[in-house]
Amino acid sequence: MSRPMETLFEASRAGRVGYALPPLDVPGVDCGEALQGACRENAPRLPEMAEVDVIRHFTGLSRMNYSVDEGFYPLGSCTMKYNPKINEAAARMPGFSRIHPLQPEETVQGALELMYILSDMLAEITGMDAVTLQPAAGAHGEQTGLMMIKAWHESRGDTKRTKIIVPDSAHGTNPASASVTGFDAVEVASDEEGMVDLEALRALMDDTVAGLMLTNPNTLGIFEKHILELTETVHRGGGLVYYDGANANAIMGKARPGDMGFDVLHLNLHKTFSTPHGGGGPGSGAVGVKAELEPFLPAPVIVKKGDRFGLERLKDRPRSIGRVRSFFGNFGVLVRAYTYIRTLGAAGIVEASEMAVLNANYLAKKLSSLYPLAHKGWCMHEFVLNGGPLKHETGVSSLDVAKALIDAGYHPPTVYFPLIVPEALMVEPTETESRETLDRFAEAMEAIAAKARKEGPEAFHDLPVTTPVSRPDETTAARNPILRWQFDENS
Amino acid sequence: MSRYIPATAEERRRMLEYLGADSMDTLFSGIPEKVRQKNPPRLPDPLSEPEMVRDLRVLAGRNRNADDLPCFLGAGVYDHFIPAAVDSIVSRGEFTTSYTPYQPEVAQGTLQSIFQYQTMVCELTGMEISNASMYDGATAAAEAAVLAASSTKRKKILWGRNVNPQTREVLKTYCWSRNLEFGELPAENGRIDHAALEKMLAGGDTAALVVQSPNFFGNIEDLKTLGEAVHGAGGLFIVSTDLLALGILEAPGKLGADIVVGDGQSVGNPMNFGGPAFGFIAVNKPLMRKMPGRICGQTVDGKGRRTFVLTLQAREQHIRREKATSNICSNQNLCIVAASVYLSLMGPGGLRETGEQILAKTAYTVDQLEKTGKFRRAFNGVPSFRETVLLCDEPVADLNRRLLDAGIIGGYELEPEYPRLKNGWLVAVTENRTKEEIDRLAAVAGGDA
Repeated sequence: MSRPMETLFEASRAGRVGYALPPLDVPGVDCGEALQGACRENAPRLPEMAEVDVIRHFTGLSRMNYSVDEGFYPLGSCTMKYNPKINEAAARMPGFSRIHPLQPEETVQGALELMYILSDMLAEITGMDAVTLQPAAGAHGEQTGLMMIKAWHESRGDTKRTKIIVPDSAHGTNPASASVTGFDAVEVASDEEGMVDLEALRALMDDTVAGLMLTNPNTLGIFEKHILELTETVHRGGGLVYYDGANANAIMGKARPGDMGFDVLHLNLHKTFSTPHGGGGPGSGAVGVKAELEPFLPAPVIVKKGDRFGLERLKDRPRSIGRVRSFFGNFGVLVRAYTYIRTLGAAGIVEASEMAVLNANYLAKKLSSLYPLAHKGWCMHEFVLNGGPLKHETGVSSLDVAKALIDAGYHPPTVYFPLIVPEALMVEPTETESRETLDRFAEAMEAIAAKARKEGPEAFHDLPVTTPVSRPDETTAARNPILRWQFDENS
Repeated sequence: MSRYIPATAEERRRMLEYLGADSMDTLFSGIPEKVRQKNPPRLPDPLSEPEMVRDLRVLAGRNRNADDLPCFLGAGVYDHFIPAAVDSIVSRGEFTTSYTPYQPEVAQGTLQSIFQYQTMVCELTGMEISNASMYDGATAAAEAAVLAASSTKRKKILWGRNVNPQTREVLKTYCWSRNLEFGELPAENGRIDHAALEKMLAGGDTAALVVQSPNFFGNIEDLKTLGEAVHGAGGLFIVSTDLLALGILEAPGKLGADIVVGDGQSVGNPMNFGGPAFGFIAVNKPLMRKMPGRICGQTVDGKGRRTFVLTLQAREQHIRREKATSNICSNQNLCIVAASVYLSLMGPGGLRETGEQILAKTAYTVDQLEKTGKFRRAFNGVPSFRETVLLCDEPVADLNRRLLDAGIIGGYELEPEYPRLKNGWLVAVTENRTKEEIDRLAAVAGGDA
């Protein structure tokens, strides 16, 4: 990895250019005249650089990132599997990347067909009846799904359902999505096995509850054994059940949310379906629903008439919640997910989940002598280590372990989540890692535990040391926020 | 066996043996029998890479793309030139295959990119603080409306009918779900009707006014006056704009904007059938802690070295859960890297020159079309950028069909959304259009070809 780098603004030299436009081939116009005083007074202080400077700058930055292409990324609940290169080539084909979303339908039949097939395949994998591809990310999918739950209750004149129940082990987006959709989030406790406490859920369920959001397998990496009782309890109380698909990589071909009683779900195509995470997007949060919620899907909806593909627009779908994003969603991400599913086919999809679960159990067993596991029996695609005892014994926290792992050449697991496990280290190896990788990672974890016992927390405070920077002072960052480059006003 | 899975059959057997499991099925025994899937999903057979490429070529081939047809369609997505260097950077696996920068020591590349992007958005918009991106311009506007409502503790959002229809639809959806009210302002000569605005503001209950400039018709709004009007009524002023246009247009921050939002597709992102690109949102200090989404800040590490981190996270879902200012986490990071590369290559001069070329080419296009005698401007004496509304002699659907037959993607048909603009045609001209293409457009549209 490289050293800290100067910013673009420090690298800028007045007069350098990194572009060339063709000479203007029509008569020029006077800017001030054409814009009638709307013209910009001061030029924006954007960098002035030659192309080679720009390329070296960003190449240098890229070398300060850890990535799946570089190595193992066992980040729990994030499904950092390998992102196949053909998917990238596919999204870059001009027939996909150079089309305008408002072109006449007859000129974009291939794009509509691709989305139609992808929706169908996702519906088949999840056991739902219809799928929208419009939401741009997982949380956006949650928001869309909850809007449909809200619209469904409203359509029945049932306006007193203002609560969404969320387990205490849930991802933070669940309660946040409930809030931004105008619901109150109510927490339901987990039992000692880490599953939703069925009795607690029954006690919460009344006619003010709009629905329950559930991740299954849950964030401990275990399948809710009372899943049918849970969904039935909510249905009997007049609510709907939402499936957070963050952990869908565990169950493809093994169990379908649609068969477990879920009414609406989202999938993170950037997790389960191998589209790259891009350092924080673009993702895609496709949403699937059961037939009773289909009228509420965001518009437009892609339909097939004979052998042609077309759109049903908002005006043709009076019960639709409306539009949640412009156009069709992150289409380029959809092309990648389509390519992935077609490449794998049914056998490959099942194999992906099987290997994700086999790798997780293998690694969990390897690490179980070092850390207590938060689950009993088999885990699904991920597992949570309890870092509490190590911290108690040695004073070395899970954050210290994470930073030591960086020096060992790995991206750390998710730390301090789920909130119900102290000093949690949440590990998701995914199916695309080899046994040697898992073995080496386990060895690195062993070496770190040994170091903790031998040298104590002081040996960890300055880690990592192999990176361009070490632990940042986050308190100062928040207390005295510097959120943009500060130009020297005198220069 | 999948080529994306290294484990051989023998290795799988040994791993199961190590676990003491008889078979794969044993590992899935935690799934209750009643919900266990009996049959594999009904999906098409797997494809090898050559077969996959063929399948994709067939699908892509059923789309007519802007490499082959000159595109005069805009309405929120534009065919601007993107230098090859942009894709060269965003194709790098270090940017593409990394996660959200929650471990800053191994994500300085992404974090510094965000910090630099935030700076460029601030420079272009004239605002103090930008976040790390939103899903698109429409959701950025909707989140801005929600922010304004929470900040003013008022419930009514106003916007012009001349805000992009896609954005208005998203605004309506978000308003409904957040229990906010809204009102739509009519346009007069293609811009917000000031008299109607004064009337709607008179209630004193407006949380925010959303104005798009250049608006959906391409016209530049009188932002200063509109901002004064809404501020006079105690509401916030939200301006939706375009980063490429801001290379030549005055920064909304200088004209009274409290929140500036928009879509960033025009700077370095392909049209992609409408996505992915990115949305941006920028505010001034008073609204900083209410901002949705991720924000990157500068700090130091233990050795005093300059370091970038995600900061002000007390606003966000993974810390605050149901009390977060927004639920957004994944945004459109790779697209802002593309934008940053594009803006670094162009610099202030390149953006300015691009803007000037667009002005000249738009003026030339309108002249050529008017000369055919079949088109006239819908709005007079109003400055515009990149897009112009023309009224045609014939239904736009017919005109666009003729153009398509001649290998040209025509403009946007306005009448279905704006019935008063009979035969209204929204034509977009970017720097990518050549004189030859424009002449051909005029010839076919005028009936001479």
